[in-house]
Amino acid sequence: MSIKIERLCYSYNTGTPAETMALHDVSLTIERGEWISIVGHTGSGKSTLSQHMNAVLIPQSGLVEIDGVPVEPKTKNLRELRRKVGLVFQYPEQQFFSETVRDEIAFAPSNWGVKGDELQARVMEAARSVGLDDGLLESNPFALSGGQRRRVALASILSMKPDYLVLDEPTAGLDATGIRELVELLGELRSAGLAVVQATHDLQSAFEFSDRILVLEQGRGIAVGAPEEIARYLLDNPVHGLILPPLVRFSAGLAGRGLTIGLTSGLEGIIDVLEAARKPCGS
Amino acid sequence: MRLLSGISLGQFIPGESFVHGLDPRCKIICTFLLLTGLFLASSPPDFALWGALLVAISLLSQIRLGLVLRSARPVLFLALITILLNIFWTPGHEIFRAGFLKITEEGLILSIRMGMRLFFLVVFAALLMMTTSPMSFSDGLERLLSPLAALGFPASEMAVMMTIALRFIPTLFEETDRILKAQISRGADFESGGLLKRARSFIPILIPLFVLVFQRAENLAVAMESRCYVPGRPRTRMCPLVWRRSDSAALIILFAFISALVALDRRFLRFLIR
Ligand SMILES: Nc1ncnc2c1ncn2[C@@H]1O[C@H](COP(=O)(O)OP(=O)(O)OP(=O)(O)O)[C@@H](O)[C@H]1O
Ligand SMILES: [Mg+2]
Repeated sequence: MSIKIERLCYSYNTGTPAETMALHDVSLTIERGEWISIVGHTGSGKSTLSQHMNAVLIPQSGLVEIDGVPVEPKTKNLRELRRKVGLVFQYPEQQFFSETVRDEIAFAPSNWGVKGDELQARVMEAARSVGLDDGLLESNPFALSGGQRRRVALASILSMKPDYLVLDEPTAGLDATGIRELVELLGELRSAGLAVVQATHDLQSAFEFSDRILVLEQGRGIAVGAPEEIARYLLDNPVHGLILPPLVRFSAGLAGRGLTIGLTSGLEGIIDVLEAARKPCGS
Repeated sequence: MRLLSGISLGQFIPGESFVHGLDPRCKIICTFLLLTGLFLASSPPDFALWGALLVAISLLSQIRLGLVLRSARPVLFLALITILLNIFWTPGHEIFRAGFLKITEEGLILSIRMGMRLFFLVVFAALLMMTTSPMSFSDGLERLLSPLAALGFPASEMAVMMTIALRFIPTLFEETDRILKAQISRGADFESGGLLKRARSFIPILIPLFVLVFQRAENLAVAMESRCYVPGRPRTRMCPLVWRRSDSAALIILFAFISALVALDRRFLRFLIR
């Protein structure tokens, strides 16, 4: 069970002077239970790629296959594919239209015919899983704080029980606590068997949590691999607009001084290596 | 899925052509002349000449003819209805009959005339918008209307309003497209169900759109006020409009051309009627 993307190309405004090539020959396979980050400079095609994953955009050339079903203009059951792959748009709180948080979260499952107790149960479950207080369910989504709105938006997708969760810049506009909580939540969902795909500017969290990273530059997938490989790749081939996070640069500096250290070992890893390096001198 | 095509009717296409470089006032007057001339045109051969004029202007604008013609698409339906209504329901000399439908010679000529006028009207207006940036268009219009300001007509406020509206149309399209996509991926269904259900299915699109528009409007108002915009207060320009010789020349040549077309049209008509 996977989402398979092969040699995908997509242009906006095809056939007009405003034609923009947004994706060029991008390939990626996403297995369930995997966490993938898509990183790239602004305008590199992250959003366009995300929107292909749940058939909101149909490939112009190349292939997108969701659990073995190819996405094509004549595919019958696009709606079912869209349920399987939950897509959380950039600034998802801009899509709110309901009077209460409960209705907002219930929108997606009710579109797929979930009713009554089952619907209520799904709403409660989704709200709890993103850490929304039950008390907030009756409040107006427009009256919530930014972080709470983001949770409601996420819950409004989780309530349709997707198998894959694709998030477009989920951390944009969140504070440090918000980012940490979101990342923890995504980790839990992944452990529960969901695939998590995250288009992001936040390289630190991409390196720390993803299983694999895809680097996009001007619509081309220029590298894909484990965080360690990608960190090394980006160190050797700097990509415009992608600045390696301080911890990775620090690790690279230590490695340059002869210490044996992974580039994405994170704070704890760095401390351990430094501790180990210090002991022989001290004793 | 292409929900809304990105380029809307007569969006500005930046360029360096002769027409792009003309003063917006000149272009607005020229368009006005063209539209007036069109309403005096009436015979099929004359419309062929108008077509030649259109080709010439698009060449001078360096805009692909296909794109220019495509701008008439939104009114195609309207033109078709006009043609159908006129072709079958104009009394006169009958030339064709099938059942209760009959086509008269007068009906044929009238429907060609109406259809052609509508087509050229839209296409010339679109050409103006394609070659004139919204900014310079409203600048030009403001200057043309400024004599009316003495009579209390809010020319500059109108111009500012128009600039803002023109500026936000593409943005609005983009936002609608985005919201539409987002709701579709939450399973919104706009195709099935009865009329009421379908109308209701647009609520999830319209409410977020209104919220966004109001937010934008408010932000814009604050941004303008914080930069000391006061409606009606005179403002200086960074790039004042300059009327060049080429503008006068373009105007004169176009005027001569349109006059010739109108004069020729009288001849064609006399010939046709005889
Ligand atoms: N609706 C649209 N119409 C026309 N062009 C578009 C549209 N959406 C995106 N593009 C263009 O496609 C390219 C890729 O855009 P995309 O939004 O996928 O990038 P992104 O990596 O998500 O950027 P960001 O980090 O700013 O969100 C850009 O050049 C952009 O200008
Ligand atoms: Mg994006």
